[in-house]
Amino acid sequence: MSKERTRILVVDDEEIVRESLSGWLAKDGYTLATAHDGPTALTMLREGRWSILLVDLKMPGMDGLQVLEASKQIQPDVAVVIMTAYATVETAVEAMKSGAYDYLVKPFDPEELSLMMVKIVAQQALVRENVLLRKVLKRDFHFRDMLSKNPAMHRVFDLAKSAAKSQSTILILGESGTGKELLARAIHAESPRQASPFVAVSCAALTETLLESELFGHEKGSFTGAVARRKGRFEQAGGGTLFLDEIGDISAKLQLDLLRVLEERKVTRVGGTEPVDVDVRIIAATNRDLTKAVADGQFREDLFYRLNVIPILLPPLRERREDIPLLIEHFLEHLGVETDRQIEGVSADALAALMRHDWPGNVRELRNVLERGMVIAKDKLIQAEDLGLSGAGIRADTFDPSLTLDEVERRHITAVLQHTGGNVTQAARTLDIDRVTLYNKIRKYGLRRGDDDAFNT
Amino acid sequence: MAADVHIWWIGADAADDGLMDAIRDRTAEAFGIQTRLYRHADRPHHAFDPRRGQHSSTAILKWLVGREQPGHRTLAITDADLFIPVLTFVYGEAQLGGRAAVVSTARLTIQQGDGQDPAQVTERIVKECVHELGHTFGLLHCDTPGCVMTRSLNLIEVDAKARTLCGPCETRYRELREKDGHHEQGTHPHPRR
Repeated sequence: MSKERTRILVVDDEEIVRESLSGWLAKDGYTLATAHDGPTALTMLREGRWSILLVDLKMPGMDGLQVLEASKQIQPDVAVVIMTAYATVETAVEAMKSGAYDYLVKPFDPEELSLMMVKIVAQQALVRENVLLRKVLKRDFHFRDMLSKNPAMHRVFDLAKSAAKSQSTILILGESGTGKELLARAIHAESPRQASPFVAVSCAALTETLLESELFGHEKGSFTGAVARRKGRFEQAGGGTLFLDEIGDISAKLQLDLLRVLEERKVTRVGGTEPVDVDVRIIAATNRDLTKAVADGQFREDLFYRLNVIPILLPPLRERREDIPLLIEHFLEHLGVETDRQIEGVSADALAALMRHDWPGNVRELRNVLERGMVIAKDKLIQAEDLGLSGAGIRADTFDPSLTLDEVERRHITAVLQHTGGNVTQAARTLDIDRVTLYNKIRKYGLRRGDDDAFNT
Repeated sequence: MAADVHIWWIGADAADDGLMDAIRDRTAEAFGIQTRLYRHADRPHHAFDPRRGQHSSTAILKWLVGREQPGHRTLAITDADLFIPVLTFVYGEAQLGGRAAVVSTARLTIQQGDGQDPAQVTERIVKECVHELGHTFGLLHCDTPGCVMTRSLNLIEVDAKARTLCGPCETRYRELREKDGHHEQGTHPHPRR
């Protein structure tokens, strides 16, 4: 910042001090103003931005320390320098404790004053540069809510932006927690369909019958519990985008039904006879290797080709570790707002641990780990031990005879989910149960949080 | 023709004629102006602060303004040590865009290392005179290394700079003079760099 833009306010009850000091600094090119007492200075501070306040300690009425405290409330980033005629350590300590940048004992050495001003200006310029760089960084590394500086991810963003403009079906491939739904939402937001609904369905969370009804809707009385006619997700997403997550897990029958919908652009409600026209853009996603599933005969080849019009592969977090610091900052900022906790960052050890970790649950796991760290952290920095990255979960050798079987199961599922960073697919694999069963248990034990997407599949 | 700047020795001891001539000639050269030595027995005794044992430069400037001759600037030279209330000392002080300036020789003659080089001392004083006069013309401190308008906080810094304006300061000086209604070009020699 140029010196003219550095605004210095001299606050002193002695006119001669105000005049001589402002005259001295004005010749350095700073913009100067003076105030003869604290209240006047605070009014000036409320009316405009000041870079530096040079405040006399002893003033009638409001003293320098009171001005310091009040000015920090009005403009926290203003550098306040206390001027005192009494060189007592107590005063200096008190001033520094109250947030003063420094203090000067009158009369001060010209060199000391000049150097201090230069230092403050340089420091404030650095802070501003930092803020600016962060803004540029975020602007350059953003695709809607997605954040990355990895070249492969940037290719993904570019492809997604182009694909968004088309009507073609998109297949997003990637491990759990890589942000498949986030990307689908970003594509929807960038598409001409943005004003219409974005509807997401997690195909693995429902049984075949329920999923069928969920997708296509049902007529009243078509099955037990169908007490009213209900529109399916295809119809709900009319004009917009339907996101079919975990498409690799749907049954053979549903694969066929879906193929028909994609070919005919019509759906027939369960129990209904009349097909209804649907206008939706399909974005499907899976963490499974669909090519292998096709080869193994578990997934219809014709449906695969229908879906695989524009495939987008999201790289796992371990293949874009350079994004970890960026994501940490992003999540801490967001979590800070959500949890109303001000955390400045992670310690060097914590960062090293976060960089080392393999992230099977990818970005979502990172977010969960940081959320935990934020809750556990005792001060403004998250320490490595706050993250619970190693040794998470319950000890296998712990035996508590008072526990019920349900409690043991609840604890074990919780621990496994923690270990997989909320990755349900992986947890189900570890527990050797199918995902629907795991979802049911998650619901039973209340492990699922408010949002449908809390656990990752 | 009347001089643009009157140079006045207001020190306690007798003036060093050689020094005063050098100041007269070199300030004229630096700004392309007419300078003249002014002699008067008045001294700003009231500017002495017995508690600090120094003279208040601000008080001297006010005193000079009360004695100025219309249309002229006054550059006072003194052997008294100067201060402004918040600072331990100043080499000089000037009214920014004003009519009065004062320079003290007290700290500029301090001996450094072996022996004293009178030419070097004269040069230092001249530099500070040019510097303070620059302020009266409206020039601010400059960050260009070597420019006479850089702020000097110690003798090393005084010695390190030239006694001339850098290019941008010279341009600025001409603009300010134009604005002030002076048209030196053609009437005064071009300031030598």
